[in-house]
Parts: sequence; C-alpha cells; structure tokens
Amino acid sequence: MSALFQDRRAVLLLGLLAILALAPLAAGDYLLSILITVLLQAYLGMSWNVMMGFAGQFSLGHALYVGLGAYAGGALFVHYGTPPWIGAIAGMAVSAAVGAVIGTLGFRFKVMGVYFALLTIAFAEFTRVLFDHWGWVGASSGLFLPPAPNNSPDNLWLLRGSTTMFYYVILGMTAAAFWFSRALLMRRIGYYWQAIREDQDAADALGIDVFRNKMIAVLISAAMTSLGGVFLAFFNNNLYPESIFSMHRSIELMLGTIIGGIGTLFGPILGAVVLTALGELLTELGAHIGIDGVKQIAYGICLMLILVLKPGGLWPWLRKLLRLEGDGR
Amino acid sequence: MDATFFMNVISAGLLTGLVYGLMALGLSVIFGVMRVVNFAHGDMMVVAMYAAFLLFTKLGIEPVPALPLVAGGLFVVGYLLQRFLINHFLEVTEHIQFLLLLSVAMIITNVVLMVFGPDARNIQLDASFESYSLGGLVLDKVRVIAAFTAGGVALLLWAFFRYTTTGTAIRACADNPVGARVVGLDVEKLYAITFGIGTACVGAAGCLLLLLVDVHPHLSSDYTLLGFIIVILGGLGSLGGALLGGILVGLSEALSGVLIAPSLKSMFSFGLLILVLLLRPQGILGKKP
Repeated sequence: MSALFQDRRAVLLLGLLAILALAPLAAGDYLLSILITVLLQAYLGMSWNVMMGFAGQFSLGHALYVGLGAYAGGALFVHYGTPPWIGAIAGMAVSAAVGAVIGTLGFRFKVMGVYFALLTIAFAEFTRVLFDHWGWVGASSGLFLPPAPNNSPDNLWLLRGSTTMFYYVILGMTAAAFWFSRALLMRRIGYYWQAIREDQDAADALGIDVFRNKMIAVLISAAMTSLGGVFLAFFNNNLYPESIFSMHRSIELMLGTIIGGIGTLFGPILGAVVLTALGELLTELGAHIGIDGVKQIAYGICLMLILVLKPGGLWPWLRKLLRLEGDGR
Repeated sequence: MDATFFMNVISAGLLTGLVYGLMALGLSVIFGVMRVVNFAHGDMMVVAMYAAFLLFTKLGIEPVPALPLVAGGLFVVGYLLQRFLINHFLEVTEHIQFLLLLSVAMIITNVVLMVFGPDARNIQLDASFESYSLGGLVLDKVRVIAAFTAGGVALLLWAFFRYTTTGTAIRACADNPVGARVVGLDVEKLYAITFGIGTACVGAAGCLLLLLVDVHPHLSSDYTLLGFIIVILGGLGSLGGALLGGILVGLSEALSGVLIAPSLKSMFSFGLLILVLLLRPQGILGKKP
C-alpha cells in the first residue's frame, strides 16, 4: 500500500474516487444522471479497451454485447422476475459465447484488422434484425421494464430505485473495471496482449499462444460490456433493438476511449468526461437553436482533430503535462 | 407464385444489382489503389442522391442527365479529401485510417440531416409508371434505364483504366507505389484522382438509385455496409468482382424480400458477408500487402 501512495497517480485517483463517492450529497438528480452517463461511457470504454487497447483486436460491433446483456437482464426480469444480477450472469455467459464464436471464426480463418471489424459489425447488425423479429423480447416495438412504485425504498437486489442508487452501482462497476483492467495489464496476460498488439508474428515466434490469448481478451471484453448493458436496461427501463444494437452505439462506445487514449488505463475515463461534457453542452445548444445532429457533427470533428493532432489520445499528452510518473498508461 | 412472377423478381433484382455494383466499384477502386477503406462511402452516396433530388426539384433536370454534374461534383469532393486529408494518413495504422474516414462519415451524415431533415424524399418522373413487357416479363422502365446507365459507366471506367495514360499510371501506383515514384509519377496527385474517381462512381450510382428508392439521411450507414458486403463478396480491388457482387446482393435482396419478409432482407446480406469473410479468406486477404 505504501508504494501505492508514493505514486502521485494513485493519490490523484483516490481523491477522484472520494469526490465521486461524496457527489450525491451535493448534486441534484440532473447532475447525477449526467455523472451516470459519464461513468457508463467510461465503463463501456474500458470494456472495449481490453480488446482493442490491450490486445489490439479492433471491434466495431460492441453494441452487440451491450444489447445481449440488456436483453438477457431485461427479458428475464420481465418474464420471470429474475433479479438483474442473476440475469447478468446469463447475459455475460451468452455474450462470452457469442464473442467466442466471432473470435474463433475470425482468428481461425485469419480475418484481421479492418476485416475483423467488418465481421463484428456484420454480427451486430445480423443480431439487430433478428431481435427486431423476435416476439418474446418484444420485437421492434420494444421491451419495457416495469418501473418501481413511487416512493418505494431502493432495492439493490432488483435494481429498482432512485437515481442515487444507480449512481453508486455504476460508480462501483467503473471502479471495479478500472482495478480489473489494471490487474490484467500488470499480469503475464497483459504483457502477452501488448506483445500481440505490437507484433503478432513476433509474439507467436516467442512462443505466446496468440489464438488463446486473443480469445481471452474477447471473452473478458464481451462479458464486461454486457454487464454494462444490464445496467443500461434497468436504468432506462426500455429497450429497442434499433437503438441498442445500432452501429452508432458501437461508435459512441469507443469514441471516449479513442479521445482519451487507446490502451491507457485512465484514457477511457478522461475521454468519457470530455465527450459527455461536450455532448451535454451541444445538446443544450442544439435544442436552443432547434437543429438536430449538432452533437454528432461535433463528435465527428472532435474525432478527426484527435486523429490529426494527438493520435495517441489526450491522456498520454496530459500525463506528460502534469508530470505524472508512469509508463504511458 | 408462378414462374413468371419469379422471373420478374429475379430480373428486378438483377437490374438493381447493377446499380449496387456501380456504387461498390467506387469502394473497390479506392481500396485497390490506396488500400484505404472508405467508411464514408454510403454517406457520399446519400449526398449524391440529395444532389440529384435538388437538381430535379429546383432545376427540373432528371437524374440521368444530371449524372455527369453530380459525378463531377463528387469527383472534386473526393479529390480534395484525398489531397488534403487522407494523403497524410497513408502510412499510419490501419485502424487510425479507418477511424479517420468514420469521422468524415459522421460529419457528412449529420450535415445532411441538418440540411434536409429526417424525412424520406422521392421524385416522380413520367417514366416512373411505365414499364416494358417482354413475353410474360414486366420490367420497370426506370429500372432498365438505371441498370443500363450503370453498366455504361462501369464500361467507361474500365476503358479509362485500360486505355488512357492516367489510367495506366494509376494502375502502376497500385502495383508498386515506390516504383511509380521512381519513374517520376506524381503519386499523391494520382491518389487524389483515384479517390475522386471512386467518389464519382458513387455520385453516378446515387443519381441512378434515386430513380428506384426514396432517400433519407439514415440510408448512409446501410449503403456503407452494403458496399462492403458487395466488394468483399466479389473480391476487393477487382472491378468485375464489384459488379458481380452487386448483382448477387441485388438478387438475394429481391428473393429474400419476396420469399421471407422484406424487413429481413438485410439479415441475408449480412449473413452472406459473414459466410464470405469466413469461407473465402484467401480471396480477401490474398490482396493485402
């Protein structure tokens, strides 16, 4: 622990966590719901980061796992009253299984890079159309979770309750995801992944089991993402295949991490803050001048500027600026 | 459902497929020469469709005569895009390049959404209600016109690459960029021309497709994905392959729309993409550097 505190990053991080933990005391429901958006964006970005940032496998279809988790948690709750935490296990299992299918097909058949990204889009779109026609989950007219009666106490087990409860749940999930990502990177598998990411053939030549390690990255990333989907389902209370599986969700999901810094630990958080702040500001502005699409255009410009000016993302640059010690994470 | 009915469906699918093929040609040319995956392809297609829509409603120019104008306009857009943006991104990692074009796509789609709003638009020509009948076969007049024009443009493109000096120079860049530079070719300029040609194909295809479908801003990602499906099906970088892929997708859409459900037709296209990515990886990866 003492080594941890010598690291300025750790101090900074614990301070941030403390502020976030105390936030509900000062913030109203509106600000809390924005913070929930930030944390969910950061959580999903970290999940995507495991696959793309650590292991270098480009997925453009992560909405697939969000949707599978959301529908597993939501449909089981609606039909059988299954608690979301049990539903989440089902959702994570299904997502990991689907990830295993995509990974096996992609890696065994040597579908790489952009082609692999296209394969992941194809699976997500395929599933979207499938859910659009599947009556048990409400097909294209949507699935609705019954809201909790007014003024009922928070029920953490059934995830029915106030904004504050949802805030603490997603804060916990994001903190856990951060710790988990850090633990993965520090371990042998983290080094294997980085070796594969930098040069797959060289990693293979060194005796790293490339297929197995890439598969593990896909399974972990898919399962983590689908847990975020369960949260989304219970927070929003409505699910439409059109929106939950859409390519736009896949894009927005990775946008924060790209802006913050792919492959870094803190990048997804920084990116989520920047992106959500920008998004809220522009939604407000767009509503003010009555034009749709302003937010998406700004996201596009933001992405382009990052790629042109700081292709490594904001965090590595900010880290240098703040003189934080570390090795680029 | 008798045989004539099926023949009608199949011929309609074939004709639409040729227009799809022309759209995919643009993607294929750009990939074949620069190895750039144009993720803003469908967005440019939608821009072309709106341009043709405006030319018709404001100036009364029908889509087929408007084709050279729209294609020319998109050529300029593509040329400038490659010259000033993408040329700086030729040496970076694949996914950065991909994301760059994604950002271009996001900007284009939403500008279109801002300008035209989310509603679907279409045009009515005198020819829209006419048809040719050949024996028992009934063919929509506009569909026949669109398909033949698409075929004509594809033929022009082939002739350009085969017989002109610029076309030969571009093929030289595709084969060996370093060699092309050594013999004194202006590779950056040729790349910009190539991107322009690719987007011009999309422009032409957009004009023709407006004869067949309604246009709305959210078509863009559908057409981007459709373009990828077609070129991967036919073989990236191959001109004949793009046309063949377009026809196959046109057929599969028409048949699955009739036999199963119209809303499921895209699922078949994606199913097709997954199958092809897995079963013909040598055809796809064999062309990678």
